Amino acid sequence: MTIGKKNRKKKSFADMLFVFCNTVFMILFVIMTLYPVLNTLAISFNDGTDALRGGIYLWPRKWTLKNYTTVLQKNNLVTGTIVSVARTVIGTVLALFSNAILAFIVSRKRFLFRKQLSLFWVITMYVNGGMIPVFLLYKSLGLTNSFWVYVIPGMLNAFNMLVIRTYMNGIPDSLEESAQLDGAGYTTIFLKIISPLCKPVYATVALFVAVGQWNSWFDAMLYNRMSDNLTTLQYELMKLLSSVTNQSGSVETMKNAVGTVTPASVRAAATIVTMLPIICLYPFLQKYFVTGMTLGGVKE
Amino acid sequence: MALTKKKQTNGTATKITWKEIKRQKVLLIWSAIIVVYGLIFCYFPLVGWLMAFQNYKPKDGLLHSTFIGLDKFKQLFSDVAFLKVIRNTLAMGVINLIATFIAAIVFAILLNEIRSKFGKKSVQTISYLPHFLSWIIVTGILHDALSSSGIVNELLLKFHILDQPLNFFAHPQYFWGIVAFANVWKETGWNAIIYLSAITAIDPSLYEAASIDGAGRWAKIKYVTLPGIKPTIMILLLMNVGNVLNAGFEIQYLLGNGLVQSVSQTIDIYVLKWGISQGDYALGTAAGIFKSLVSIILIVIANQIAKHNGDERLF
Repeated sequence: MTIGKKNRKKKSFADMLFVFCNTVFMILFVIMTLYPVLNTLAISFNDGTDALRGGIYLWPRKWTLKNYTTVLQKNNLVTGTIVSVARTVIGTVLALFSNAILAFIVSRKRFLFRKQLSLFWVITMYVNGGMIPVFLLYKSLGLTNSFWVYVIPGMLNAFNMLVIRTYMNGIPDSLEESAQLDGAGYTTIFLKIISPLCKPVYATVALFVAVGQWNSWFDAMLYNRMSDNLTTLQYELMKLLSSVTNQSGSVETMKNAVGTVTPASVRAAATIVTMLPIICLYPFLQKYFVTGMTLGGVKE
Repeated sequence: MALTKKKQTNGTATKITWKEIKRQKVLLIWSAIIVVYGLIFCYFPLVGWLMAFQNYKPKDGLLHSTFIGLDKFKQLFSDVAFLKVIRNTLAMGVINLIATFIAAIVFAILLNEIRSKFGKKSVQTISYLPHFLSWIIVTGILHDALSSSGIVNELLLKFHILDQPLNFFAHPQYFWGIVAFANVWKETGWNAIIYLSAITAIDPSLYEAASIDGAGRWAKIKYVTLPGIKPTIMILLLMNVGNVLNAGFEIQYLLGNGLVQSVSQTIDIYVLKWGISQGDYALGTAAGIFKSLVSIILIVIANQIAKHNGDERLF
């Protein structure tokens, strides 16, 4: 009896140590995740030349809104924002619509080419032509130097299709059958019966696509480098980043500084503008992407 | 990347009859449109692989360029720079895979041990944040944090680990580590989602039984949680093996500079440099084909191992 008691006491000490270490670890984790974002936020509200002295952590030393007004006055950043918003909205609508239709077709049990069509898309997850053939294809299709290169090529995607399909497979067939007895065609079944039930998974896929659209920059650089009116926010941010890092000495930075604004402080403001929409939205969409990850990942 | 476990019952396969075709007219029309789209955007680029075997000239096109066999591949593999590029891609792919895997599993297990519901939820919400930031933003943050006047140097100087600020981006020996760290920072919370849901699926009675047997927290993690999520770990590991070569573009492109290019350049960057910037389409395509073939071989091997072990297969 006494031995058991002793053991339990020892264990509870070990458990307490574990809880303590775990809490410390989690606090460090949260600090490491949030600090860079908060630091950028502080710098974005701080006077540019003053920030060069260093020592700004979580709170601005010399408050100013100049960095943000500079961002708003830069034409390419404004254009970039408009294009980014447009590609995110149009790209998400198109992708959701087409992936939903494809998933609907391959989840119909009676469909004649169900297996073949599924396989046709699953293969594309593993085999693709690669950068050069794709580049030449878009060029010959007239997609380069065009807005449509942002939204057309990525419209259908096997991963997103599979996420929706898995969800649709879970909807009882009897719904479809009884609708068919009432004389409903496939269009009606898709729009009126299946889609309303699929709202959660549609939200998930829409979120995946929207984030991808908002964050992508490589297509703007590769296909639309020559068209200033088709630049995106991320691509402009990238140009700002390379202009800041390429200026090694602070003398150079000072020379380029317009008044009290430096490239680094403008970049901080542009970074905040770029991440703001996502930071504001994602906490409310958590349950959707958690569903999506588990549907698309390990789920029978 | 989803697992397509075959569940449909084959007994009810519909026969192709005119009546059935008429009934499924809408579905068939949409499928036709979708197949045409897929052929153009996903399958047609594969025809472009022919370029790698040609003395490809844009003005002649695929049809009129002369075939030169494997010359471009020979050129590729006699290029010391390309061999380095393969090494870099593989090394960073493997390091990233291992680092992000361990980080996600450890994080998921530790997060699951938090008893306070509010604490757990808050940490989890914060942990997703970096996943939603673009690599542009993340590399910008890294540049700030690791620059000579950045927070990392400041801390290292304060604790007297360094005497002088160190420019991390000027030394090739740190580059792979920085890339791995960036991947861990960005994706740990996100990758943990799947493990957390696998942990929730573990039968609670197993934990109760373990408690009765006198198991502490460590013992429960070791004998209940870890074995419980082992199938998930195995599947995800196998799924990601095929992606090892794909893990090397954005971050290396954005973080690389002249001083570290011997360790930072990956196959994709090589393709971009030679294929697009220098206009040697054939060489770039050859490098791309090599990458695709290695990826496919890795996937097939992973799939075979999974089959052998009786785990779920990928396809």
